[in-house]
Amino acid sequence: MSTLFLIQLLNGLQLGVLLFLLAAGLTLVFGIMDFVNLAHGSLYMLGAFVCASLTFLTGSFVWGVLLAIPIIAVIGYFFEVLIVRHLYESNHLDHVLATFGIILIADTLVQLSWGPEGIAIPLPGYLSGQVEIFPSIIFPTFRLVIISSGLLIAAGLYWLITYTRLGMLIRAGASNRTMVSALGVDISTLFAGVFALGAVLAGVAGMLIASITEATIGMGNDIIITAFVVIIVGGIGSMKGAFIAAILIGIIDTLGRSFLKDILELFIASGSAETAGPALSSMLIYIIMAVVLAVRPQGLFPPKVR
Amino acid sequence: MKKQLIIGAIASALLSTTAFAENLKVGFITTLTTPAAVIGNDQKNAVDLAMEHLGGKLGGKPAEIVFEDDGFKPEIGKQKTDKLVQDDDISIIAGYIWSNVLMASAKPIFDANKIMISANAGPSVIAGKRCNANFFSTSWQNDQTPMAMGEYLNQNGVKSIYVMAPNYAAGKDMAAGVARTFKGEIKGQDLTTWPGQLDFSAELAKAKASGAEAIFVFYPGKAGGAFIKQYQQAGLKGTMDLYTVFSVDGISLPKMQAGNLDGVLGSRLTQQWDPTLDNEANKKFVADFKAKHGTYPSFYAAQAYDSIKLIDSAVAAVDGDMKNIDGLKAALKAADFDSVRGNFKFGNNNMPVQNFYLREVVEDADGKWATKVVSTVYTDHVDPHAADCKL
Repeated sequence: MSTLFLIQLLNGLQLGVLLFLLAAGLTLVFGIMDFVNLAHGSLYMLGAFVCASLTFLTGSFVWGVLLAIPIIAVIGYFFEVLIVRHLYESNHLDHVLATFGIILIADTLVQLSWGPEGIAIPLPGYLSGQVEIFPSIIFPTFRLVIISSGLLIAAGLYWLITYTRLGMLIRAGASNRTMVSALGVDISTLFAGVFALGAVLAGVAGMLIASITEATIGMGNDIIITAFVVIIVGGIGSMKGAFIAAILIGIIDTLGRSFLKDILELFIASGSAETAGPALSSMLIYIIMAVVLAVRPQGLFPPKVR
Repeated sequence: MKKQLIIGAIASALLSTTAFAENLKVGFITTLTTPAAVIGNDQKNAVDLAMEHLGGKLGGKPAEIVFEDDGFKPEIGKQKTDKLVQDDDISIIAGYIWSNVLMASAKPIFDANKIMISANAGPSVIAGKRCNANFFSTSWQNDQTPMAMGEYLNQNGVKSIYVMAPNYAAGKDMAAGVARTFKGEIKGQDLTTWPGQLDFSAELAKAKASGAEAIFVFYPGKAGGAFIKQYQQAGLKGTMDLYTVFSVDGISLPKMQAGNLDGVLGSRLTQQWDPTLDNEANKKFVADFKAKHGTYPSFYAAQAYDSIKLIDSAVAAVDGDMKNIDGLKAALKAADFDSVRGNFKFGNNNMPVQNFYLREVVEDADGKWATKVVSTVYTDHVDPHAADCKL
């Protein structure tokens, strides 16, 4: 049981870092530009498909990822300049409507270019095996790669936001964007840059997950809701909040899926636990969000000054 | 003036009846959008091939198949069914991949005394207590395929299994089906969120920790490939044998081969049909399908092909009179057509009574990943819900 628990913690951590990559971009865009981007999941999907094509083209997954990153950055940049920029002045409902339309367009474009069947990304042999981390704890190599690259990216973002001038502007923007632009910062370049950064993070998450599952149309729509839960729990605009909430949600979701049924069986009949377990574990993260909203509506770690 | 009007009305009435007679129509509802469209497209290709083989005619009359897209959603499937039943006044509506779409669409068809032919979905209710004389299936009842798997596992001396399936009507039927016949121990069972969940890390870790000898899964569509990949990455191949139903097919195998998911090779599955079944109708179907589309047809395609051939035989029996619902029903029940699965007959609940085969995933002579028949598990198998049906 304890071995299984440790493995499930690692699985939860892996889901957590993936959620963080997705939520980081979402919370930056929502926090700094006050823009609700439902189409963030489409960038995640595009990352997966572009990476899949490049992997087949170059014959190497690593090259596929390295080449896909600048492409997604460019797509993110032009997405901001051509579409998103014209929507900042509108209200949140317009944002939702416009970005929902973009989801439909992106899904159809992907279906037209890659077909409806999805792509399985082949991994090189050294990534598709397993490693023994501790005695009797054997874990898939690629999931360890996801955890470590996710944590590295998180550390990089922490450095970027805490110690660089760009990070200072991002933090200032999240706290009070009117003041930042009043102080003469070139806000439009900053916004486009932040948007492209968010796109890259989402794209990388898509590339990593597609190597476990596969690149499919609408893959972003399944996970974007969870990413919104993460930024709401963490506090909108807060990178630290997104990180902690993502790990928390990842671990709670995974542990819920693995142990809730067994725990319920201690209290209710086995047949009902069989049905209630999966139902309750898929609700778990929303219950957490509801509790956080009731007790601390600004989220666990909101940006300091609003 | 009045006379002219009457003559005009009669003439137009005559015109419209002749137009109707020329345009014999059959509805086919499948999934043509969303990622699940790969299944719908495969079925559509098979229906088109059947019509090509029949020279564009059903029962010798020029005919047209009206395709509608259910969008992978029960409510849309029902709307499209309503449209075919009410607006187009079509007597036979075939298709239906998904159990939930079929159940939502059944009532409007039965209420209007039209005929529904499932080319895939086979939920337990429609086979048992709520069976209907206006329903026919060219596929199977959900329980049968996993029951055949349970029976094979017994024969093969497998002592314990772990069961994984998605948490919806068909997933529960599959899990119940294998438990119905498997005599060994089921070490654990996970029903995962459908259709959202594609990451099975937590469930695979549990399966591994359970110490079961083998793993039985049902993951149709994109979830199948995702599962196989993670099964392979978790290093379970060789320690926990993989047995599947409806997860590995002519649609997913080329993609798995491109992604080098060799964890699937050697895995075993049960099914009522296989591209290598030795009969004339099947040889022609598989060869022409491969020539046209470059891939093996899936079982979805085979069932869709059979549904059109079945309808053809019924329309011929009533000589194209689509208003003769009782005649059509009697002729459908007789099932006088050359099925790609060899002999074909209906049970009391209008589900096929048929053989189930054990198949294995292998590389074919051209190096393509395909399936072959290993043995026959059930001969003329009747589904377990037939006894509850009062027809």
